[in-house]
Amino acid sequence: MAENSRRDFMGKVFGGWAALGGLGVLYAAKKTWDPLPSVKAAGFTTVDLSAAEPNVLNVEKWRGKPIFILKKTPDMEKSDRDVVVGKDRFLVAIGLCTHLGCIPAYRPDKKDFLCACHGGMFDTSGDNIKPPPPSPLVIPPFKVEGTKLVLGEEGPEYKKMKEAGLIA
Amino acid sequence: MAQFEKANSLHEWLDQRLAIDTLERVLAKEYWIPKNINFLWAMGMVLAFTFGILLVSGIFLLMYYQPNVNLAFDSVNYTIMREVEFGWLWRHVHAVAASVVFLIIYIHMFTGIYYGSYKKGREMIWISGMLLFVTFSAEAFSGYMLPWGQMSYWAGMVITNLFSIGSLELNGLVEWIRGDYVPGQAFLDRFFMLHVLLLPLAILGLIGLHFGALRIPHVNNQDGEEIDFEAEAAKYKAGNKKEAKVIAFKPDFLSKDMFVLSVFLIFFFYLVFWHYSFAMDPINFDPADPMKTPPHIYPEWYFLWSYEILRPFPKDPGLVAFGIAQVIFFLIPFLDRSPNVAPASRRGKFNIWFWVMLVDVIVLTVMGKLPPEGIFSTIGLVATVVFFALWISLPFITKNEKAV
Repeated sequence: MAENSRRDFMGKVFGGWAALGGLGVLYAAKKTWDPLPSVKAAGFTTVDLSAAEPNVLNVEKWRGKPIFILKKTPDMEKSDRDVVVGKDRFLVAIGLCTHLGCIPAYRPDKKDFLCACHGGMFDTSGDNIKPPPPSPLVIPPFKVEGTKLVLGEEGPEYKKMKEAGLIA
Repeated sequence: MAQFEKANSLHEWLDQRLAIDTLERVLAKEYWIPKNINFLWAMGMVLAFTFGILLVSGIFLLMYYQPNVNLAFDSVNYTIMREVEFGWLWRHVHAVAASVVFLIIYIHMFTGIYYGSYKKGREMIWISGMLLFVTFSAEAFSGYMLPWGQMSYWAGMVITNLFSIGSLELNGLVEWIRGDYVPGQAFLDRFFMLHVLLLPLAILGLIGLHFGALRIPHVNNQDGEEIDFEAEAAKYKAGNKKEAKVIAFKPDFLSKDMFVLSVFLIFFFYLVFWHYSFAMDPINFDPADPMKTPPHIYPEWYFLWSYEILRPFPKDPGLVAFGIAQVIFFLIPFLDRSPNVAPASRRGKFNIWFWVMLVDVIVLTVMGKLPPEGIFSTIGLVATVVFFALWISLPFITKNEKAV
């Protein structure tokens, strides 16, 4: 009996020690799958807005994602989500449907975005107007510098929107 | 050391060291199969063989495939398809087998449901089979990423986005799965690893479990009859093969299996040589472009039914419905409250349940392929509601089923 309980104890010690090693392996495996530093530091994209035409969608690339930049025409509804540069108002948003990440297509004649995957729609302020998307197009971190827009940096206008809960 | 006599043949030499005769007897010559079965009982062997075809064709594709976002597309569509001699053959075999294997899996599953082959000790056969279905699905999805065409990329985007679990917005989890903000090099590399190593290993293990799960409860039969396998096997071994209700796996059942397999392979190679294009989506012959979504994204035909369940709802309910649809088939041994092991045709309401379910899954599959507009949306929604209504009603309609 005494022999057995000693063996049991040794077994538990071995088991505990092995479990600790197993946890270490799991941690390492998790970290191995994390995005690499080079991916994270994918940098910033600067876009010049001075040449933008109203009602013409520009698509820029930032961290591998498409960024919609649309200069609004006066008849389009104003929104607190607009990025104001000088006298012009812009929609700036990550061009991925908030449902499952397809790229909605802009329809200049109807002035809306239609997602081909599941039929979701957004207006020119990026607000979702037809399901399944549950929320508006996401506004990426931006900073206005004159007529230029730096994507990836949080400027005062972005921070204000973020505090008001308008970015997504 | 044990005593070894001089062996007179290679067979004897191996038998002394590995007991191959005992092994063959236990696994095949005295593994008993009921006589009262039909060609649907051969689907397991058809599946095992098709998995072998996928393995062999995959090995040849692996020799030229490049898991790199800049090279992958050309390594498949130029190197393998045009340069490598018979490269086209391996690719078409692999693509057609990947598609057809799901057709056979669905036949195999619905056969099991029809004959009630998931209860009274056969629960683990069903559960291990469902685990195989899920692993095959993951294997098919990861393989679909590898040619790095437009459908690969956007299917990868959409499916990995599911892991943000709707309003929970677990974007960190999605980025962790991808190793990037969007599908990229890290994503392609890890799905390559999953496709060629980890998932095939899991499948091999699960096939072992699935076969093992059959040993004790044995294969079901056309009437769901409870057979005393030992008594029937004794009759067979005594030479009374006519009266015995069982036959040996080898050579009796195998010869039937081989016949069905031959018919299947004629159909299979007909598809490979004359109709392979159904397994090759034309949109995937455009290289992946992160800046352009194809106008209409749909999965391969075998995922359409569950994709259609995702579609008609707003995001969160859609995901919940989709999640339930993925796992609900696991639960059939426990939701079917009737003790009857019998073909559906003798089980009254369950017979209606079975055929409505089969037709409903086919309707969902067809609607998943059509654009989500107008009447198709409505039919899809109705079929989805019917799908869930069937599962909810299953315990109630089986609870008071008359014993057969």
